[in-house]
Amino acid sequence: MHRNPSRPLSPHLSIWRWGPGMLVSILHRVTGSGLATVGAIVFTWWLAAAASGADAYESFVGHARSWYGVVVWIGLTWAFFQHTASGLRHFVMDMGAGYALPTNKFWANVTVAAAIVLTVLTWLYILGVRAT
Amino acid sequence: MRMETPLKRVRGLGSAESGAHHWWLERMLSVSTLLLFVWFVVSLLRMPSLDHAAVTEWLAEPLVAVPMLLLIASTFWHLKLGLQVVIEDYVHEEGMRFFSITLVNFFTIAVGALALFSVLKIAFGGDAS
Repeated sequence: MHRNPSRPLSPHLSIWRWGPGMLVSILHRVTGSGLATVGAIVFTWWLAAAASGADAYESFVGHARSWYGVVVWIGLTWAFFQHTASGLRHFVMDMGAGYALPTNKFWANVTVAAAIVLTVLTWLYILGVRAT
Repeated sequence: MRMETPLKRVRGLGSAESGAHHWWLERMLSVSTLLLFVWFVVSLLRMPSLDHAAVTEWLAEPLVAVPMLLLIASTFWHLKLGLQVVIEDYVHEEGMRFFSITLVNFFTIAVGALALFSVLKIAFGGDAS
């Protein structure tokens, strides 16, 4: 079988390979679902603890500063930036632009790279502020 | 402003039977959620301290409390629509889908109400400590 690899695969649900477009599509849903559940609960816990008083707030800060807390924060930071970047890409695609294969792949890759870079920069800033 | 055409009556129905409206609202709420989150994240990163006194003092300011209430409304509505789409796409069994979407609605309203109430309590000065 000779197949031109620059051509898209036929749209069968069971015949496909990973590409930047489908990776970003599923990342958008995974990060969105994560932010909507874990993110929403942590955010509301923070507000409810602040409203409940200093003791409840201290308890929240204790969890937030623990090693598992930091893992959740870094995860949420990355999910936030990935969902934002791929969400902005969706705006462009909703307007009917950016569907040519090279353009589509390029911007899909950009969202993944931007999310990682912004997560690293955010944490360098947070750690830098804490150090000073 | 309605950006939906009469065609949606025929085509836009989808699982929840209000597809085009749902799609359009999700986009509008992603714009408002994004703008409010840029404000929120930048504000948090610029705060010198995130201890209880600093945070409650900050949240009590009218120009912080009101954007926070809008952020909560926008975000929770957006996430409710988003989770519903994911469930509609991946949960195929009718009963389980109905149950899951109901659960998402209960979760969103309960947690969102707690977040809204917390901001209001701080803003109106009812600190328990």
